This record gives sequence, C-alpha cells and structure tokens, in this order.
Amino acid sequence: MIRLENVTKIFSKGTIDEKVAINGISLNIQEGDFITVIGSNGAGKTTVLNLISGTFGPDEGDIFIDDSRVTNLPEHRRAKYLGRIFQDPLMGTAASMTIEENLAMADLRGKQRGLRWGVTKSRRGHYRDILKGLDLGLETRLKDTVSLLSGGQRQSLTLLMVTLSLPKLLLLDEHTAALDPKTAQKIIDLTKKIVEENNLTTIMITHNMPQAIKYGNRMIMLHEGRVQFDIKGEEKMALTVEEVVRRFGAELKDEALLGG
Amino acid sequence: MELTSLLRTIPISLEQGLAYGLVAIGIVITFRILAFPDLTVDGSFPLGAAVVSRLIMEGVPPAYGIIMAIICGFLAGCCTGILNTKLKINSLLAGILMMTILYSVNLRIMGRSNIQLLTVNTLLTPLENLDMHRFIPIIAFFFVVALAIKFLTDMFMHTQLGFAMRATGDNEQMIRTLGVNTDSMTIFGIGISNAFVALSGALVAQDQGFSDVGMGIGMIVAGLASIIIGEALFGKKTVQRMTLAAIVGSIIYKLIISLGLRLGLAPTDLKMATGIMVILALGIPALKKEKEGKLHLRGV
Repeated sequence: MIRLENVTKIFSKGTIDEKVAINGISLNIQEGDFITVIGSNGAGKTTVLNLISGTFGPDEGDIFIDDSRVTNLPEHRRAKYLGRIFQDPLMGTAASMTIEENLAMADLRGKQRGLRWGVTKSRRGHYRDILKGLDLGLETRLKDTVSLLSGGQRQSLTLLMVTLSLPKLLLLDEHTAALDPKTAQKIIDLTKKIVEENNLTTIMITHNMPQAIKYGNRMIMLHEGRVQFDIKGEEKMALTVEEVVRRFGAELKDEALLGG
Repeated sequence: MELTSLLRTIPISLEQGLAYGLVAIGIVITFRILAFPDLTVDGSFPLGAAVVSRLIMEGVPPAYGIIMAIICGFLAGCCTGILNTKLKINSLLAGILMMTILYSVNLRIMGRSNIQLLTVNTLLTPLENLDMHRFIPIIAFFFVVALAIKFLTDMFMHTQLGFAMRATGDNEQMIRTLGVNTDSMTIFGIGISNAFVALSGALVAQDQGFSDVGMGIGMIVAGLASIIIGEALFGKKTVQRMTLAAIVGSIIYKLIISLGLRLGLAPTDLKMATGIMVILALGIPALKKEKEGKLHLRGV
C-alpha cells in the first residue's frame, strides 16, 4: 500500500556536516500492518516518518501511496492519507482553540475548507459521544481551550482526532515518550484499541523494546540509516527481548532500549 | 484642568479611536491570530489614503475609491506574505521591505506628498452636511463600520477557513498534517489584515480632509499600544474578546493621547510616549520574571 524504493536522505549535503540520515531504504507497508520501529538515536527513525509525510523530500529514491508517486508532494497534500502523532503532546492540538474546534479541524483532514461554520450542531453531538469513550470527562468541556488540558489528555485528544477521518496510514513518533509511565500506558492501550477497532495501518516508533515486541505484527530495526532487521508474522510473535539482544546486541549497546 | 475641557476630548477620541480601531483589528489578525509580526501596516495605512484621495480627485465616486483602497491594501499584505513564505525572507524584514516600497508607491499614486480633500465631496460629506453637530453622524458612522469589521472578523474566524487560519498561527505543524496549506493561510491572513488597515487609512483621510505620505509612521506601535490597553480590560481568550479589545483599546489610547496633549505634552513627543508605553507593557512582565506573554511570533 505504501512503498519506499531505495530512498536516501542526506542532510547538509556538500558541507563538512554532511550526514547520510537514510541510506537506500526500501520498505513495503501492507494494508493492516502494525509496524513497530526501534533503533538508536540518529538511526533515522523520525527521518523515515518525515519522508513519508512529506516534511521534506528524499535525495534519491521514490515514495508511493497506493501506487501513485508522492515523492515530492508537499505535506499538506498528503494529509488525507496520513495521520501523525508526535512525541510532544503539545504538537497535536492547537492550544488556544477549544476542544470542539480542534476536533472539527481534524474532521476535515485533507478536505476542502470553506466559509461554512467550523463547528456544527450535529457534529458537536458526535464529538460529545466519542469524547465519552475516552472516559476523561472531556465530553462536558467541549468549549474549554486545549491549553487547560494535561499532556496525557492532549495526547488522548490527538488520538481521537485521528479517528475522525481515518487515514490510510497512522504514524506514531514515540507518542508516549514524554508522558509519565501511568499515562503512557493509558495512551498505548488507547492506541491499540483505536488501531484494532479501525484496522488502521500503523507505524509506531518507540524507544521501549518490550513495547516494540508486544505490539504490532511486524518490527523493524533501523541502524545508521538502513533497515537492520525486519521481522514479521510468526517470528515476530515469538520474539523476546533476550533474543533481540542476543542477535543484535552489538548495535543496541549505546542506548537505553532495554528498559521499561 | 477644567472638566469641560476634559469632556471636550471625548467625542474626538471616540471618532479617531473607532476609525483607527480598524488598524488595531488588522494587527490582531497578524500579531495575535497568525502570530506574524507584520510591519506592512505603516505603509498600507497611507496606501489606503493615497488611493482614495487620488481617485476622488480624479472624479471617481468615493465608495469606489474605498473599494480600490481595500483591494490595494489586501494586495500589499499578500506581497509581504509571499516575501516571507515563498522567498523565505524573515517576517519582520518582509514587512519593513514592503513598508519601504509602499512609501515610493504612495508618492507615485498621489503624485505629490499630500492631497487636500477639504474642498471636494467625500463619502463623509453628506454626513457632515446633516443639520446636527458634526460629531453625531460621524461617530455613528465609524461606530457602525468598526462593529461591522469586528463581527465580520469574529464570524470568519469561526468558519472552517478561519479555524485553519487560527491554527496556522497556533500550531503550524499540526494544521499542515491536517491538510492545510499554511503558506496560503499566512498570505491570505496578512492580506485581510492590511485590507482593514487600508480601509482605515481611506476613511481617516476623508475624515481629516487630507492624505499625507507620512501619515502611517508609527501606526504599528500605536496599534500595538491599543491592543495592549484593550487586552488589559478584556483579555485575549477568544477572538471576540480580542477584536473588542482592539476597538475599545484604540478609543482609550486616543483618549490618553488627547489628555496628554491637553496636559501639555508636545505633539512631537507623542510617538516617543507611545513607544515607551508599549515597552513598559511588554517589558514589565519580563522584569517581574513572569512567563513570557503570548507574543510567540513565527519567522522572527
């Protein structure tokens, strides 16, 4: 469904700071995949997500969504295919706007926006219903600005916003890393629920090895801009932390992947 | 100071405050909603005045002149937006460049450095000829215009496009991932802002009976001062409050200025006084080691 072909990304090209962030990666993401991505700092995890979402284009190679080439399509024109949640819980919502206004903006992901009212009465009822499902009491606070919410509440709201107009591919960039352990667990549970209920194709970057092993049907490890391993299906199911360490320990020693 | 002398400053402050309130609303759109520190205003205000004065002198009906002024202001703002988003020029510099360019443009439009409008018919002439004190219809007129622009802005900011514009200033990354072209939003928003500013310039020129190439100097600082005063009263929690703060703040600002003049402040010191006012308002919270105010600005 989404393909990366021989993609290379070089930062500060032609200067002494030149860095090959992504070095000829090819990746074929199937519909329904839930891929967890691990790798040490600088391995290229976030760069891959940026290339898929169009924050910047690759130096070489091509990216396809449903067989149409999107390699250099700007970010806002890929929005209808992609949902993205960042590590920083403040990134997913507009703080000065209300909860219902944020939901209404997500309602129109990738669609034409016009001079109709941003929040309509019928949609407001729908927002209230889905907010109830979060069980955070937000359904009574539709007109509160998002700046009043905690980090966990904001990340929950961001997840909910993704479900309003379902993307083809959900990109999660360490979206629980900035939260306290209890909240992080809640968000990861909510993520699992949303992904499963909607059969969302998902890529989740994580620094947490047990999490990467526990969730999803496929696990990719990046190292120095290349795919170090790509484990799917039964093999992924049977994977343990010990085995990963035994097989790939050499590349992992420089990071705190094994905690949590 | 005598009470009558004090009271006499009220109608003129109301009239000017409402007329310049449109500038403050324009500045709310750029500085507050788009978080874009647009300095085009010092050039687009006299632009509106220049366009309307020239067209009136050419015999064009004032209403058409005003529409042209609005369009020119819109285009000037769009240019600043394009300089910033497409040519990647720093937002402050983009505004300064346009402001400087507009100085020449305004001189070209007027053909000289000022145009007198006292002897010709303007949009306000019928109001001034009514059989009552001049202040009543003129203040009523500016009141209606200011409120109309306020409500239009409030309404627009609650449409789908308005949400996208507010989010562009609040969280550009987020709204881009939701499919909004934030460059277009920025260009369009600065355009609307300067359209309001040019409208204000066009109306002020007809109200005071002349346009002058220097009439925009210090407009940004005066507008910011107005907003700061208004926000002290109404806060800035919602768009409605911000636009209300702009208008009321502008009136109070003019009141303070006229009082200052009556108390013996030299007109030449006005801009310095205004500048110091803004510095104090922005600087005191920093000295108190409070959290930085809302002035988070993009592209600086």
